[in-house]
Amino acid sequence: MTVDVRAGTSVAGGIGQRAIRPDGIAKVRGEYAFSGDLWAEDMLWGQALRSPHPSARIRAIDISPALAINGVHAVLTGADIPVNRYGLEHRDQPVLADDIVRYTGEPVAVVAADHPETARRACAAIVVDYEILVPLVDPEHAIDAPPMHPDGNVFRDLIIRRGDDDARGPIAVEGTYEIGMQDQAFMGPEAGLATPTSGGGVDLVVSTQWLHNDRDQIAECLGLAPALVQLSLGGVGGAFGAREDVSLHVHACLLATRTGRPVKIVYSRAESFLGHVHRHPARIWMRHTARPDGEIVSFESRILLDGGAYRSSSYHVTANAACFAAGPYRVPNARVHAIAVRTNNPPCGAMRGFGVVQSCFAHEAQMDLLAAACEIDPVELRLRNALAPGDELLTGQRIEGTLPVAEVIRACAALPLPDPAVDDVLARPGGAGRTADAVDVRRGVGFALGFKNLMYAEGYMDGSVARCRIDAGVVTITCAAAEVGQGFVTLVQQIARTVLEVDDVIVAPADTAIGSAGSTSASRQTMMSGGAVEQACRAARAELETRATSDPDAGGTNPGLIDIVALTTDRPIDVTEEFNHRLTHPLDADGQGDAHVSFACAAHRAVVDVDPELGLVRVVHLATAQDVGRVLNPLQVTGQIEGGIAQGVGLAVMEELIVQDGHVRNASFTDYLIPTALDAPTVEATLIEEPEPGAPFGAKGVGEPPTISSTPAIVAAIRAATGAPCTRVPVRPRDLM
Amino acid sequence: MSEIYVLRVNGEEHAVADAWSGESLLYVLRERLGFPGAKSGCEQGECGSCSVLVDGVLVCACLVLAASAVETEIVTVEGLQPAERGEMSDVQRAFVETGAVQCGFCTPGLIMAVHALLDHDPDPSDLVVREAISGNLCRCTGYGRILEAVEVATRRRSGGPGSGVGARGVSGPEVVAE
Repeated sequence: MTVDVRAGTSVAGGIGQRAIRPDGIAKVRGEYAFSGDLWAEDMLWGQALRSPHPSARIRAIDISPALAINGVHAVLTGADIPVNRYGLEHRDQPVLADDIVRYTGEPVAVVAADHPETARRACAAIVVDYEILVPLVDPEHAIDAPPMHPDGNVFRDLIIRRGDDDARGPIAVEGTYEIGMQDQAFMGPEAGLATPTSGGGVDLVVSTQWLHNDRDQIAECLGLAPALVQLSLGGVGGAFGAREDVSLHVHACLLATRTGRPVKIVYSRAESFLGHVHRHPARIWMRHTARPDGEIVSFESRILLDGGAYRSSSYHVTANAACFAAGPYRVPNARVHAIAVRTNNPPCGAMRGFGVVQSCFAHEAQMDLLAAACEIDPVELRLRNALAPGDELLTGQRIEGTLPVAEVIRACAALPLPDPAVDDVLARPGGAGRTADAVDVRRGVGFALGFKNLMYAEGYMDGSVARCRIDAGVVTITCAAAEVGQGFVTLVQQIARTVLEVDDVIVAPADTAIGSAGSTSASRQTMMSGGAVEQACRAARAELETRATSDPDAGGTNPGLIDIVALTTDRPIDVTEEFNHRLTHPLDADGQGDAHVSFACAAHRAVVDVDPELGLVRVVHLATAQDVGRVLNPLQVTGQIEGGIAQGVGLAVMEELIVQDGHVRNASFTDYLIPTALDAPTVEATLIEEPEPGAPFGAKGVGEPPTISSTPAIVAAIRAATGAPCTRVPVRPRDLM
Repeated sequence: MSEIYVLRVNGEEHAVADAWSGESLLYVLRERLGFPGAKSGCEQGECGSCSVLVDGVLVCACLVLAASAVETEIVTVEGLQPAERGEMSDVQRAFVETGAVQCGFCTPGLIMAVHALLDHDPDPSDLVVREAISGNLCRCTGYGRILEAVEVATRRRSGGPGSGVGARGVSGPEVVAE
């Protein structure tokens, strides 16, 4: 991939530079401590027993056979949990099911033992007497079915109404689309090490996206004051939304406090698939009407999301699916009805793109239908309807910041197409094992556009705290923002170098000793925690300049001459700052309101080779133009774009958790396929830099847009190659017949 | 529990005592011998995060019984680089400089796979590289920067044009390992 960016600052390793990650060397040397690598003296291994049924009543649990096994130190059930309820946004989930199990894989007991194999054997020895119930697995039925939880079956029922309900254009297109259940499939399974502390509390080192939210939930469940629960970030092997919800946290802490010994839990891959939330499967109906010149007149949609057994973030996923249902297009008249429901399927929640991925697949298929119906080029149709600053969203919110929709469309469409297919068997659809004949392979090109909100929405009071300490010239930045691989730690150094004009910056470990940085999600850390770091560094800089002014020997007012060592020796500077974005507001009864902070858009053009007879697809090339505000680190932006596109490729052509009657059938990397190096396309990107007001250095979060419109672009290319309608992702071989 | 057996890892012999004989090489390396560089990502040989060399052959350590690896030469990621803090092999250096590392969980396995490739094929084509690392799953990068890192390492080994540090415009501050 090539990236064209303008120069940033002149500070080496500062903003705009290709700065290298501070943890890179430790990671390539195998020395970086992931949470699964942790070890403590006298450590025990924890293991959960999970329900084999999607819906059942627990009549009795007999733990005595497990306790009788040599090496087993504790076996706990729901009755042992002081407050047996947790949940990311709403506490509707038991830590250990004590009455009803609502999904396959729900934990019902936990064991601590001296060897992981002993712990597994102990789990197998626990006898649970289940009364098996009929699972509720059809989300459509769930709406009106008897409630399967005291909080009901509907997580959210949201209507957005804009303009004239009866307005219609002469051209109409309509479709129903399905999105399968995608998994985040990060590489480092869930892991943590809990250690009891002397005052009856517990320390937990864990991989997570949000230390403070976890801390609060753990403290609640254990019945402890939050100050008695300390969390530190263990090395995180990717996240993509799946580490927003608590997983093993309470189990490990409870086993540690009960046994008085450190307890480590590491999920197997199968357990990881069962033990975290997934992307919501969706069924989406849409109808657009337009004038003959392609201008959209009306938009209607019904969106049904299967939230699975517990709420997690379903409430806000619903809002995102609805608010951005029409895509980045001017739509004067709209009616959107979005519903998320509870079922006995696996719980669903956050995954990169958060509700917008589902809508984007549908609205982009619709835009291609509309282009065909109006006999207009699909790129031209998108340009004619493109949103711009000053326009209003479906929610009536006026776009105040930057949103270069037309620019990303034009820039993406202008990128060169790849060369014709090379005649190498490895380059053909199916690769070496399932060789397609070169004569049967057809090439297709597809285009798609998407946009999404950045930061949390609907009135959430969001903030992030960062601390800058300068002691004898040594700069240390502390922030609880979770580094999950995205490179926030690099950004911390770049910001501090730029603001303070220093070379060396220490990034302190992230823990709950400092205030919350919020979650590493919603593309928010660059703005929120980047903003907090910038603010703290600027405050430190101001203090340096004040000191220098009163100390002519230390540099006076010329920043380049400030002697940072002299000014902070024996009197360190230590400032802590909180960054907040502007206020947003809830949506009203018509789904109208100023609910979102900021937006980012991207366009993708995919080239695919398809063998329709064998049903095989190879995604050859992805061109993209992305609205990034401003490039803070070209290496890392590139990594986010290429990585996000690979996940979009996965949803388009291979990734789906297969759930039958409430059972996940492919909870392994043998059966749940994610793209390999042979599946990943070559990526060509152009970055559109229009600095975002109010964001540090004008930068927008860049992680989500690559995942949103890459999938529909690929499916559009498959349609172009085959003529098959492909209204469902992932596209299966039989969809091409 | 098995008898004591001896594994030769990165050139040194290590006795394994009181171990259950069903333990994988991955478990013994990580939990008994203090080599956590190989990662456990799937325990069924699909993700490649646990890749090590056994007698020069790239294997998934999760699929090898530890006790069956006696009398072999095992090399883990810890054995690739000079022992000095912060030093790197050529492949490791290329990974850091090109942005091929994000979360880093797959990285040690990929480093092993790329070493195994380049030691046998000093000038692989793009498709050969993709095939060679297709047993190593990465969820963060989309592989673009990893392919770039292999290209940089290949070029430097051949001593060809652009083989110096900073090839392809990669530049940045020297950083110190934490």
